[in-house]
Amino acid sequence: MSIKIKDVNYTYAENTAYEIHALKDVNLEIPDGQFVGLIGHTGSGKSTLVQHLNGLIKATGGRIYFNGRDIYGENFSMKELRSKVGLVFQYPEHQLFEVDVLSDVCFGPKNLGFSREEAEEKAKAALCMVGMGEEYYRRSPFELSGGQKRRVAIAGVLAMEPEMLILDEPTAGLDPRGRDEILDQIEKLQKERGITVVLVSHSMEDVARYVDRIIVMNQGQVRFDGAPREVFRHYQELEAIGLAAPQTTYVMQELKKRGADVDTDATTIEEAADAIEHWLRN
Amino acid sequence: MIRDITLGQYYPAKSIIHQLDPRVKLVTTMVYIVSLFVAKGISGYLIATLFLAMVVKMSKVPFGYITKGLKAIIMILLITVVFNLFLVDGDIVLWRFGFLRITDKGVRTAVFMAIRLIYLIIGSSIMTLTTTPNDLTDGLEKLLGPLKKIHVPVHEIAMMMSIALRFIPILLEETDKIMKAQIARGADFETGNLIQKARAMVPLLVPLFISAFRRANDLAMAMEARCYHGGDGRTKMKPLHYESRDKTAYAVVWGYLLLVIAANYVGGLYAIQLL
Repeated sequence: MSIKIKDVNYTYAENTAYEIHALKDVNLEIPDGQFVGLIGHTGSGKSTLVQHLNGLIKATGGRIYFNGRDIYGENFSMKELRSKVGLVFQYPEHQLFEVDVLSDVCFGPKNLGFSREEAEEKAKAALCMVGMGEEYYRRSPFELSGGQKRRVAIAGVLAMEPEMLILDEPTAGLDPRGRDEILDQIEKLQKERGITVVLVSHSMEDVARYVDRIIVMNQGQVRFDGAPREVFRHYQELEAIGLAAPQTTYVMQELKKRGADVDTDATTIEEAADAIEHWLRN
Repeated sequence: MIRDITLGQYYPAKSIIHQLDPRVKLVTTMVYIVSLFVAKGISGYLIATLFLAMVVKMSKVPFGYITKGLKAIIMILLITVVFNLFLVDGDIVLWRFGFLRITDKGVRTAVFMAIRLIYLIIGSSIMTLTTTPNDLTDGLEKLLGPLKKIHVPVHEIAMMMSIALRFIPILLEETDKIMKAQIARGADFETGNLIQKARAMVPLLVPLFISAFRRANDLAMAMEARCYHGGDGRTKMKPLHYESRDKTAYAVVWGYLLLVIAANYVGGLYAIQLL
């Protein structure tokens, strides 16, 4: 279950005054089971890129391989691709439409051809994963709170049992508690089911705690690609493109500058605490 | 896919046409439409063509972009041409098949009708392509200003128009987004018979309506929060006033209309001489 992106280019509204070169020669490979953070400023091309991964947008140049098969090839079924690569859009609660929560989550599996019973089973499992209990099944999705709506919408994609889950800014507009809940649930899901997760965000703080790998996009190009600690070493360059490393990085860098021999690669608060303790003991 | 709709959209460019006062452009469009219906002979249409070509050239909008808007009226155009071609009675019959026949006058009317419709669309497209919706409604409000005296709610009409125009691209984008989100959930908008297709629209239309209402609500709140209370006593940051180029444009436009009218008489005289 790997995805390989080769020399992908995409231009919006080609040959008009509105032409935007959204992606420029993007090359990436996302292997099985990885937890990837895709970071970039507004307009950096990250949302455009993830829409390529399930074939919603066709690249104006380049190729994309899903498990080694060219997704623009003749015999490739886009429907199958979309059932395996689940994409949760920004503000996914805006796509809810059914009369109750359970039917809305059933929409995906039913489109894939599952019977009503099978679809409901999958929907219930998906709702359980996002922490929505039985008492919500028959409620209208429109009377839920913002965070609950978001979770129902995410369940709507999970119910299709994708092997790869892409979430475009899943925490936008949520309070800190709602944000942590959603990210924790995604992490749990990734660990338990071993699925590949791509988390699109503009906040380093959000992703630093969870992901194995960070891809930084800027102006349609991949700028950095590596483990969080490697990427955060470039915190000055990140600032130059309108992003920032987590606050921990700044604290550790400042400590080092003032003569404390600490490990500046610490990215989370826990790691930083350990590093400082280690330095104090020696 | 939905982004291709150009009708009523602004095309940014730096040209003299873009800089003209919106009132000039509104009046010009009206005059141009009138001129198309006043023109009776080839000479009149020739002048109209030259005038249109000049404006298109000056507007710096690519010609291909303007003609994209014509795709929407191709059906109407075909029907008009076919009806005129077969149903207008004339003196010389060129072709006959059963009750169908094509006469010289039919051909003439059909050709002129087609030209009229195409020019009409191109002419009005140029206005919307070179004027931002805000300018357009400002101009309309100012032009219709005198009607306030007879209690026509001119400001409200202009405000509604500008909001409606502003919402077209927003709702198109929203449709695109919801469509993609549902396709990602396995929805299929393309295959199936008419009933299946209509049912497939539900997951698109319900969220779209909800979003339209939500946006309308947000906008109303934002307007109230800024103390909007209708047009009375409202001033403008950039009030419209005519520059010298606007006066020149008016002169050119009225001169053009006179020329078209004159062409009718000259054309008539020419025809008489031929007889």
